[in-house]
Amino acid sequence: MTNLAMVDAARASSGEALLDVRDLRTYFHTDDGVVGAVDGVSFTVQPGKTLGIVGESGCGKSVTNLTIMGLYPKTALVSGQALFRGEDLLKATPKRLREVRGAEIAMIFQDPMTSLNPVHRIGDQLVEAVVLHKDVTHSQARGRALEAMNEVGIPQAARRLDDYPHQFSGGMRQRVMIAMALINNPSVLIADEPTTALDVTTQAQILALMANLQQEYGTAIVMITHDLGVVAEIADDIVVMYAGRVVEYGGVDELFERPQHPYTWGLLGSLPRLGTEVERLEQIPGQPPSLLLPPWGCRFNTRCPYAFGRCRQQDPRLMPSGGSNEHLQACFLDEDTKAAEAAKTLAAAVA
Amino acid sequence: MYRYIVRRLLWAIVMFIAVTMITYVIFYVIPADPAVLAAGRSARPADVIRVRHYLGLDHSVPYQYGLFLKRLVIDRNLGRSFVNRRPVNSMIGEAAPVTASLVIGGAILWMILATPIGVLSALRPRSLLDRMAMVFVLIGISMPVVWIGLVLQYSIGFKWGVLPNAGYCDVINPPPGADCGGPVDWFQHMILPWTTFAILFTAIYVRMIRSNVMDTLGEDYVRTARAKGAPEPRVMTKHVLRNAMLPVVTMLGMDIAIALGGAVFTEYIFGLPGLGRLAVQSLFNFDLPTIMGVVVFSTMCIIIFNLFVDILYAFIDPRIRLE
Repeated sequence: MTNLAMVDAARASSGEALLDVRDLRTYFHTDDGVVGAVDGVSFTVQPGKTLGIVGESGCGKSVTNLTIMGLYPKTALVSGQALFRGEDLLKATPKRLREVRGAEIAMIFQDPMTSLNPVHRIGDQLVEAVVLHKDVTHSQARGRALEAMNEVGIPQAARRLDDYPHQFSGGMRQRVMIAMALINNPSVLIADEPTTALDVTTQAQILALMANLQQEYGTAIVMITHDLGVVAEIADDIVVMYAGRVVEYGGVDELFERPQHPYTWGLLGSLPRLGTEVERLEQIPGQPPSLLLPPWGCRFNTRCPYAFGRCRQQDPRLMPSGGSNEHLQACFLDEDTKAAEAAKTLAAAVA
Repeated sequence: MYRYIVRRLLWAIVMFIAVTMITYVIFYVIPADPAVLAAGRSARPADVIRVRHYLGLDHSVPYQYGLFLKRLVIDRNLGRSFVNRRPVNSMIGEAAPVTASLVIGGAILWMILATPIGVLSALRPRSLLDRMAMVFVLIGISMPVVWIGLVLQYSIGFKWGVLPNAGYCDVINPPPGADCGGPVDWFQHMILPWTTFAILFTAIYVRMIRSNVMDTLGEDYVRTARAKGAPEPRVMTKHVLRNAMLPVVTMLGMDIAIALGGAVFTEYIFGLPGLGRLAVQSLFNFDLPTIMGVVVFSTMCIIIFNLFVDILYAFIDPRIRLE
């Protein structure tokens, strides 16, 4: 079966998808050559569920989502499909894309310090998000902005509407960004490392807030992060990306109990845990490969301690793990070795 | 906000004292005795001594500076020219509107030209327009102002006779006996000086606006605006331009001060009786009160202008307002 057929099979078993990304590719022309930042990525997002996309910096997780939203540079080459309620966003007109952006699919970004316009009042920036999509008066939009500010737990919201971004802390700004994203009740929220720039206590608050809002409004969330700890808390499904490709894809419990790909083991092994006596954290050796000239065969083979001959010659496809369409993985190791190594990794991580 | 303005005002006063003091000291280290200059060519030694006493030059330098400051601040009097005995106040009063016409008109011209060219080049980098603009920038920055002025004067003013090649016409009240006057004459006579004056700054501003707009286009909040579903024209006007033009406003404040100095060349070429020409003439004649007068007046203009820009900046950038 092909890569795509595999995902189709997985899709068939999990019902109607809200967002269905198929074989997405985003290539950039650079002075040094073509960079395949996203190279055949497929996943689905179910209504009201959370999909975590995990991977190192530069693995293509942000570009994937910017491509879906049509926010990629004009020079990029894009192929594949991004079906939102059956409509291919990659083929949508700019006008239609603008209707979708902010109204049906909203985004929040990594750095709340720079994501708000410094010269406009918070209230005006929220109002803008409303009036761009709804035919309402300014005062109605302002009322909605105030509601949204209250929903995300900003104290004294009425007074703070007239403040400027620099008068807010990082955590409060990310709350404003969430308020702005959810102000039109979108069905999908794409969160691109929303907690990376925040301190740990604020991170927990923001994650809790997102989980609450999801419960209340049934918004599907795509959570992009490099932090497995974050997705473990809130995701239903996880996509693990490496060098522009999906290397493992499955439900959160399944993936944490039976991780199938050495890269996933590496990510799990590098998670810090309280109460362990490990002196130093495991790390994945080496650097992510250049996407200008990715390694032949499996893209992870240059850093993989388990790599053998076949890994350097053949490109592994996403395959069902143990015959289950709910858990896909792209590694040539045999089942027994995987089971043994996964158990070792987990034992070390949990110990 | 008030604290910010008060702080700026105090700074302006400090600046004013510093600049006048430096000018005054320079005035006295020039190896020429002001009393000899003021007394005239056929003065006897006794006359020189009398003039020295009359001008207060027999006191210590700090005392004289105090006297100068008192006369300036309380009597608002800059003294009389050594050369023609006219009050410096009225000489500056005649020259200032000419320079103001040149500098303000020139600044308006360069902003009108540079803003659209800079923004369009930033939106379409490497396009034909962008490349042409960059060639213009290179040429504009490289050409000496004097040369541009002479070429324009010779070709457009003299050879083709399209525009007057020199001279100044008062815009409102031409003095009796003037051969031209009124807004139309004034405008026609200013076109070549404005163009000469604005080319260098247009080039600099095209490049600055282009790079500011390109930087701002890459800001996260611009991506946020697009993610909200804002159409491109709205993204440009509401989110990009407002931020991209902030540093331009600051630069404009400083560059108009620089431009005041650059006006000397343009005024000289086109025979405009402005402050620049007045300064050059009085330098040739060692007319110290007039030189001092021009320096003090220009300094005050620059300080007031910068104060105005600082306050304006506080209005357009909320981060400064509330610091």
